[in-house]
This record gives sequence, C-alpha cells and structure tokens, in this order.
Amino acid sequence: MIRYAFRRLLLAAAVAFTVSLAAFLTLHLATDPAQAIAGENATPDVVHQIRVEYGLDRPLTTQYGAWIDDLAHGDLGESYYWHQSVGHLIAQAAPVTFKLASLALLFTIGLAIPLGALAALRPNTWLDRLALSVAVAGQAVPTFWFALMAIVAFAVKLHWFPVAGGGSLAHFVLPAFVLSMRSVPPVMRLTRAGLLEAFESDYIRTARAKGFRGSRLLTRQALRNALLPVISVLAVQLGHKLGGSIIVESVFSLPGIGRLTLDSILGGDIPTVQMLVFVFALIFVGLTFVADLINAWLDPRLRLG
Amino acid sequence: MTDTNLSNATDATRLPRATESATLLTPRQMLRRRAVGHWGLMIGGVLLAAIVLIAVFGPMLMHISPYAQDLTARLMPPVWAGGSWDHVFGTDHLGRDYLARILIGARISLTVGFLAATLGCVIGVSLGLAAGYFGGRVDQVVSYLLTCQLSLPELLLAMVLVFLIGPSLWVVIGVIGILHWTYYLVIARSAAMRIRELDFVAAARALGSPTWRVLGYEILPNLRSQVIVIFTIEMGTAILSEAALSFLGVGIQSPTPAWGLMIAQGRETLFFDPWLCILPGAALFILIMAVNLFGDGLRDVLTPEGRR
Repeated sequence: MIRYAFRRLLLAAAVAFTVSLAAFLTLHLATDPAQAIAGENATPDVVHQIRVEYGLDRPLTTQYGAWIDDLAHGDLGESYYWHQSVGHLIAQAAPVTFKLASLALLFTIGLAIPLGALAALRPNTWLDRLALSVAVAGQAVPTFWFALMAIVAFAVKLHWFPVAGGGSLAHFVLPAFVLSMRSVPPVMRLTRAGLLEAFESDYIRTARAKGFRGSRLLTRQALRNALLPVISVLAVQLGHKLGGSIIVESVFSLPGIGRLTLDSILGGDIPTVQMLVFVFALIFVGLTFVADLINAWLDPRLRLG
Repeated sequence: MTDTNLSNATDATRLPRATESATLLTPRQMLRRRAVGHWGLMIGGVLLAAIVLIAVFGPMLMHISPYAQDLTARLMPPVWAGGSWDHVFGTDHLGRDYLARILIGARISLTVGFLAATLGCVIGVSLGLAAGYFGGRVDQVVSYLLTCQLSLPELLLAMVLVFLIGPSLWVVIGVIGILHWTYYLVIARSAAMRIRELDFVAAARALGSPTWRVLGYEILPNLRSQVIVIFTIEMGTAILSEAALSFLGVGIQSPTPAWGLMIAQGRETLFFDPWLCILPGAALFILIMAVNLFGDGLRDVLTPEGRR
C-alpha cells in the first residue's frame, strides 16, 4: 500500500509540475506580459523599460526557474491588475470557495444518496422513475441558467435568500444548491446501482435470514457497502465544484477563487492566471490522489496489479 | 467483427424467446426492436430531429432578420405575456426579434456541438488506437497526457485558451474540440488493446497488411458503436461548454445570437424581463436533454454488453 501510495504521489507531483510548465510557456509565448502591464497605448520605449524592470527580457527557462524559486520561498508573485501579491489575493478568496464547495458537497450527499436509496428500494416504480427524471434533468440544465432562475424564484419572488453577495451563511445556500446540481445525478446513479447490486448479494440474504429488516438492513448492511465507491467519486466531484465555482461565483457575486479566476483572465493578469492554474492543478491532483488511495484501499487488485 | 460477435453472445441469452415465437431475428432486427422499445431513445431522437429541422428550416421561414434592430420596439414581451404576434417571443434590449435570434442560436449550438465532438473524436480515437495498439512508450506518453488534461477543470482551460487566441466562433469550436478527446481515448485505447490480440488482426498482419491498414480497417470498424455513443454525449457537453463560455464573455461575441450570450445579455434586465433569460435557457435545456436521452438510449441499444 505504501509503495502504491508513493508511486501515485510521484505521478501527482510530475503532473502538477508539467501543468505549471505548460501554463507558464503558453502564457508567456502567447501574450506579451510587458505590453499587458504597460497598457495598449504605451510607447515601445516604456514597454521595453518594463520588460527590463520585471525581468521579462531574460530567457524563458530562467524566468520559469525564478518563478519556481519564488514559489518555493512562498512568494506567489505580484498581480499586474490589482497591484497586490497573488498569494494575498488567493488567501482572501480561498475561504469563500471552500465554504461554497463544502456546503455544495453536503447538499450533494444529502440529496443524491437518499434519492438513490429510495430509487433502489423501489426499483421500476414511479419513485424510481422520478429519481431518474431528476437525474436526466439535472444533467441537462446549464448551471449558469439554473443559477439565474434560482435567483428569480427564491431570492426575488419568494424572498427566502439574499440575491447576491457573500456576507452571511444564508448567502451561500442558494449558490451551493446550484453548484451541487451537477454532481447529484452521477452520485445518485452510483448509489442506486451499488444498492441494487448489494441487495442481490449473499451477505444481504444472510442478513435477511438472520432477521434484519427495513431501515436497519439498509443502513447497517447494504448502504455501507454500496457507498464505498461513492466516496472516491465524491472526492472527484469536489474537484468539479472548483470548476463550477467559476460560473456560480460570477452569477452570485461571491468573491471566491472562481470569481478571481474569471476576473484575472478577463483582465489579462498573467501572474494571477498562472498561479491559479497551478493551484487548481494541485487541488485536482491532490483530490485524485485521495480518490486513488481510497479505491486502492477498497480494492486490493488495484494496488497489487 | 468482434462487436457483432459480442452482441451475438449477449443476444444468445435471448434466443429461446426468439425461437418460441418461431422467428429467428437477425442482429439488425434485434437492434431495431431494442431501439423501438426504448422510450428514452425515442423521445430523445424525436426531439433532436425536431430541433435539427427547426434549426435548418426555421430561419428560412422568418421574415425578420435576427440582427435587425428596432429601437422603437425594445423589450417587448412574448405573445403569451401580452405581446403581439409580430414578435412571438418578444424583442431584446435592441428591439431584435427574439424568435429569429433563438432559431439562429439553435444552428450555432448544433454546429458547435457537431464540429467540436468531431474534432475531439479524431484526436481521441487516433491517440487511443495508437496507445492501445502499440502499447509501451506510446501508451505511457498518451496516458500521461490524459492525466495532465484531467488535472485541470475543463472550463478553466477553455477560458484561458479562448482568451489567449481571441474569442470567435471557430476558436471556441477548436478549443472545445481539443479539450473533449478524453472519453474517446479511454474507449479506443482499451478496445484496441483487446482487439489487437484477436485472430483476425494476426491474420491481417500475416497477410502483410501495413500497420495503418490494420488500425484503420481491422480495429477501427469495431469501435463504431461505442464511438457513436460517446460522440452523442460529447455533443451535449460541448454545447453546454460553449454556452458557459459565451455566458462568461470568453466565447462567442455579440451580435451573434449564441444562447449563452443571449442569457448573459438578458441577465441585465433579469428582474424586469425574465423571459430574455428564460427562453434561450429553456431552449438550451431541451436541446441538451434531447441529446443526452438520445445518447443514453444509443448506449443501451448499441452496446448491450455494457448494460447493467
């Protein structure tokens, strides 16, 4: 297990490194950072001066080395757009996204697992069909549109939640609900399939023979086994929440990582974009690593094969 | 043809029933039966066909250009909300006919979905075939590429790329297509790995077929049904990606009536004229649902061996 974990960790580190290098090269080759800092109307002299000042005239390999070196010393660079340290910007935005993503994950678990369990308990009934319809609809609804409709319905018409902004916990309920929509269908389907499989297994028959009934049979015996694969999927889904946060945070005006990403891309803020790509990659790779470990722990064939 | 062999194997379990009714069905007839009996496939297929027809012929029937502005008739409500039959879906903030714009939007969405899914298909299937057939180093490199791509949210990558190249319809199609190769790769790779060990591939090689011939004529045809299924599903995700990019301002640009962009523009008057958001969003929702139902149905019908 430790050897497997070590191999996976090495791969994860290599991937994060490759992604950071690719992001660095693409951003520096495709755009001219000096021009971006100086602005559209700057004279060539000014641009040249900025290029020298920021060290942008050095070879790309040197620049990348300096970037890695700064990173290792905890210096995440300086934003051209906000004239603040990128580390500060990210540290400010991270708690918002963390709160949003965790709440969305809670919603996913609270919606998808009961729905999947109900569907599995009554397969091929109206309840099962209803759950399936929710899944089909949930996969088809565009997140940003659903967010706007949710604002109109729950914030403007019903006044249940604030329209936008990120002050209190109530501000997070609607965005988190919208964000969770996308991961409800896969988790629900997986729960349903896992439970159906469990119900047909020998150990459930044994449990039934021993007198386990109803909810006890479901929670103690079947769900426990059916949910094991769901856990690793949830880890991956948490990563997808980060991507979704770009849309949700922009619609609900939440000052999180997603919003920062959109603003820095639209503002052409290369140091921030570059660091955010790296941070996203680190989080994704980390979550995949966790999911891999869970899978390997559950299924010895993976770590031995 | 392994594929037909495999489906025959699964169909063999159904044979007793077929013989009971005293008719032995050919695989094609069985396929048709499965297809007709699948309600999701039928609903999705009919809806999708209707949307394609509307997208192709609808704009020809409109007398109003989707770009013609009429500032005296701005923000008119749709006909069921007190509007007039001149503008069935009302008008937008520049007085452009909303129905005409939504119809053109359907063309854009379908074009983006089809072309992006095709591009992803070409990249994913060729890389997957190479990785699965050659194995070894090639496989390692391709798998590493896959891991790298999967280490970033697709939306983030697409936003950065579109921003760097400059937003336009063709850039959006290209970027989304380039990012949608992973599913094809996984399928093509595992199928190529499985098929390259089979006798007919060995026979083809023994007869002196060059590698490209083995890949293209012996292995590729066996992927057909799986690729069709993924193509449909990827079409749906590609359409959604384009809409999200256009909504965020790093996709198709004004005045082109892309649905995502229309929703973004309607958002500014969301509380007063909600239909400007509701209509293109509903159109998008129906299209994606049709594509997804059709794709899920195709998977059930075409690849019964993968069915639970």
